Amino acid sequence: MLRVSHLSLTKDKPILKDLSFEVQPGEMLTVLGPSGAGKSSLLRCLNRLNPADSGEVFLNGTEVRSLDILDLRRRMGMVFQSPALIPDTVQANVALGPFLRHETVSDNAVQELLKQVGLNSDFMARQVETLSVGEQQRVAFAQVLANKPDVLLLDEPTSALDPTAALTIENLIKDIHSRLHTATVLVTHDIPQALRFNTDTLVMVDGAVLARGNIQDLVNNTANATLQNFFKGELTPNKDTGDEESEF
Amino acid sequence: MTIESLLIAYGLIAIALFISWHNRLTLEKEVVVASLRATVQLVIMGFLLEMILKIDNYVYLALILLAMTAIAAAISGKRGEQIPHATGIAFTGILIGSVITFAVLAGAGVIGPEAKYIIPLGGMIIGNSMNASSLSMNRLIGELGHQRKRIETLLALGANARQASEWAVRQSVRSALIPVIDSMKIIGLVHLPGIMTGFIIAGGSPLEAVKYQLAIVFMIAGTASLTCMIVTLLAARRCFSSELQLLDAFRPSTA
Repeated sequence: MLRVSHLSLTKDKPILKDLSFEVQPGEMLTVLGPSGAGKSSLLRCLNRLNPADSGEVFLNGTEVRSLDILDLRRRMGMVFQSPALIPDTVQANVALGPFLRHETVSDNAVQELLKQVGLNSDFMARQVETLSVGEQQRVAFAQVLANKPDVLLLDEPTSALDPTAALTIENLIKDIHSRLHTATVLVTHDIPQALRFNTDTLVMVDGAVLARGNIQDLVNNTANATLQNFFKGELTPNKDTGDEESEF
Repeated sequence: MTIESLLIAYGLIAIALFISWHNRLTLEKEVVVASLRATVQLVIMGFLLEMILKIDNYVYLALILLAMTAIAAAISGKRGEQIPHATGIAFTGILIGSVITFAVLAGAGVIGPEAKYIIPLGGMIIGNSMNASSLSMNRLIGELGHQRKRIETLLALGANARQASEWAVRQSVRSALIPVIDSMKIIGLVHLPGIMTGFIIAGGSPLEAVKYQLAIVFMIAGTASLTCMIVTLLAARRCFSSELQLLDAFRPSTA
């Protein structure tokens, strides 16, 4: 289980403001917000790729700062906006996480991981440079799954893809989640995508939580004018807060 | 060479001044200042060398080489200002690279046990080591920024700093060694190197000059490789925080 308590981050200006939420095993939380809301920075604070200024993050009851950083990152698998694989074969990339810990992954295990992300065993010997971006993103998912994570952090994993490839990856995420029941935090700025996932959703604006609930309920919540403005695309983010990683 | 000959040679500066004036480059003042500065610097160096080359105490000679190393490290450190402790890293790389090369060449008898060999060749080793150090740090900064996505993907998979920076280190060392490797390829074909030219002008036989030049080429290659490796490996580790985060200097601002 993932629990975030009063997480804040400031770099010249506030990026995350007192965020608190929980994600239970088997749950998927969609973090939805406009560009610059601080969504990617939030994910990066969870696996400590960015240091948070204050607040706590608990993984299965243990504060993450008391965990070995390498173990924490293995247990909190992260898929980025665009895949950045090593210049090697698909097999070497899929087995990379365990390889970094001097563990080996059998050919059968690699085949099974590729199967989970919709790639057949013919891909094993392919050089990653010969793959489409969509296929590379699938390899990135297999790479993260090879680490057997407790939590999946997905940082706009379809934003670098064309619409068809994006839909395929969306279906892959749903499929992986329904089969593995891994607690998942999905970040997106894409409202139609959030509606397609139809999960518990946390709307973030200017580094703070604007609302949380099922996406359909949030869309129908006419009492919250700011929320309605966001869904209508009429919300202008505060320029002084909530910026985030732009290229990942 | 007589002073008169030198003054006539200085007249060549007039050509540069004429070209600048004719083409309205407004470089006349800069050309005059630079040429006078070069003259003054070299004359001072000449007098200093007159004194230094008479020193026969090895401790003093070693201290002079150490001072040269410190100056080279300070200059090289500026090239890697984004890397924490860049000057210290440059000093370590230049010192180790130079000492090993110097020891091998002294052991092989290329560098004789006199100040007239120790100081000029030591200076040449340190100078080349400094170039290698500066290039290494400059390339490493570029590669860490360029490969940031891959580095952070590796960190997120559980890589340590050495593993995450492996490709950036490899590419930095490769790039930093390109000038040394390329200059070895063209030596003798495109240009006659300075030391060989000087040896022949001083009356040495061309074949003897070749032997010296080869020793110098191998010396430069050895020093550059050693310094590149040491500086890049030491610097790469400094580019990550204790919590294995790539320092902000190599990432776009998260502000």
